[in-house]
Amino acid sequence: MNPLPKFRSLALMLLLSACSLSPNGTAATPRPEPPSTGPRSAGLIPITVMAASSLTGPFTEIAKDFESTHWNSKVLFDFAGSQQLAQQLANGAPADVFASASPQYMDTVVMSGRIQAGGVKTFARNRLVVITPASNPAGLKNLTDLARPGLKLILAAQEVPVGQYSLTFLEKAAVDPAFPPGFKDRVLANVVSYEPDDKTVVTKVALGEADAGIVYSSDVFGASAANLVSLAIPDALNVIANYPIAVVQDSQTPGLAPDFVGFVLGPQGQAILGKYGFVPVTSP
Amino acid sequence: MVAVVRTVSPPSPPRLTQKPRLRRAIQGSWELLTLPLLLFILIPIASLFFHLTPADLVTGLEQAQVRQAIQLSLTTSLATVVLSAALGTPLAYYLHRRASRLARLIDTLVDLPIVLPPAVAGVALLTAFGRQGLVGRAMSPLGVTLPFTTAAVIMAQTFVAAPLYVKSAALGFAGVDLELRRAAALDGANRWQVFQHVVVPLSWVSVLSGCLLTWARAMGEFGATIIFAGNFPGRTQTMPLAIYIGFEIDLRVALTLSIILVAFSFVVLALVRWVLNARLDR
Repeated sequence: MNPLPKFRSLALMLLLSACSLSPNGTAATPRPEPPSTGPRSAGLIPITVMAASSLTGPFTEIAKDFESTHWNSKVLFDFAGSQQLAQQLANGAPADVFASASPQYMDTVVMSGRIQAGGVKTFARNRLVVITPASNPAGLKNLTDLARPGLKLILAAQEVPVGQYSLTFLEKAAVDPAFPPGFKDRVLANVVSYEPDDKTVVTKVALGEADAGIVYSSDVFGASAANLVSLAIPDALNVIANYPIAVVQDSQTPGLAPDFVGFVLGPQGQAILGKYGFVPVTSP
Repeated sequence: MVAVVRTVSPPSPPRLTQKPRLRRAIQGSWELLTLPLLLFILIPIASLFFHLTPADLVTGLEQAQVRQAIQLSLTTSLATVVLSAALGTPLAYYLHRRASRLARLIDTLVDLPIVLPPAVAGVALLTAFGRQGLVGRAMSPLGVTLPFTTAAVIMAQTFVAAPLYVKSAALGFAGVDLELRRAAALDGANRWQVFQHVVVPLSWVSVLSGCLLTWARAMGEFGATIIFAGNFPGRTQTMPLAIYIGFEIDLRVALTLSIILVAFSFVVLALVRWVLNARLDR
């Protein structure tokens, strides 16, 4: 009897059975081994911070100050839409700190078990603003102009926190007598694109590809500011976004990660956030 | 005297059953080396199907956003293939036999979109055809704006996928024997007739596979599309964009679209392979 086919099929079966792991995607996956290259091999302890893309400016500066006071640390960032980061964290992506632009996506991660509900703290607030290119090609003067037919408007996708907040603003305006009836529908009819995060909205408006966009007031600071003009939204119609931050449970830096969160909540971190257009919280 | 012709049969190949079994096992086991890559490709594709129940698939298909994405992907990628073939065939024919420095430079330039990251392609298209772009600023006073339109989707797909057609078609044309073309020319055929009656029938396999590569690349195009055309359901949200956005809130939407893409690609590939095998066997 020829053992060869048996040998081959046995090897195949072994390989296949080794590969058939649990299909449960939401269970916590085992932590990966720390890399053999990178900050750890240089003696530095890396802290991985997943943060909403609207925090790119202030968190980069906060990281520099943090590293200068915690000499053995190296802060690594993953900036993206909070919805994307929440999905990745819920599926086991390794991280030490999560800073979200909306409590909703922090809750998603809390429900997945990666973050303890008691450890979540609000560290900043943000508000919405309407932006136009510096040349203001559509001649936008007030908020009602957003409904003008033919205007090209860019919003963030409604899955993104700032996109959800933009829709909330439109809903508030719809019931406000100062705005004409059908305002919300006409504005939504002007939308040409729903972007995956706020920074893309800023870039496309700053490039002049659209006539207007709705983003955070903190987005108007920094490099793009020179190419943008912002139109304020009154508090009654505005959405105050609470940004929560928390340490991830299975963090590989159980000492440094809470220090980072403490730094963000402390006077230095709050001052930097204020500098970048965020509304600091006075009490954590 | 009668010559005796002994028919000598050719030496028979070494009979496999005479080799030791272990040696045969080791010699044949090289085929196991094919398994790692094969499994690496097959397992992720198969796991897509394990994650979604048929009921979820039906629910996913009922959503308007999913149907819009499928329809948009199909129409834009088909338009891309037609456009690439129409515009790419003259270019492929120009490039296929010339050895001049200019032709080689053009050849390298046409290769660029293949190696460029798609995001770079998107930014490039925006800076050229955007409202403030090089060409775009001449068009916007005329009322023509390209970004955020379905036409922009087709442009983005064509930019990244057409070079694949050009390369494949050029290879196909180059494979047609020069003697055959000269013979046709001697018989009085002009250049167009040579192309129509000699080159095309002999190179259609390469042209078809070029079209297939172009279609596949266009269906999967994401980076250039989201930057240049934006993301708007029904107008510019192709299947890859819908999967990306859908992944972040409703995994079922992403899985439904992914499975449809896999199934559709498989059917088309199998069909084309069947057609090719059928024709080549004649």
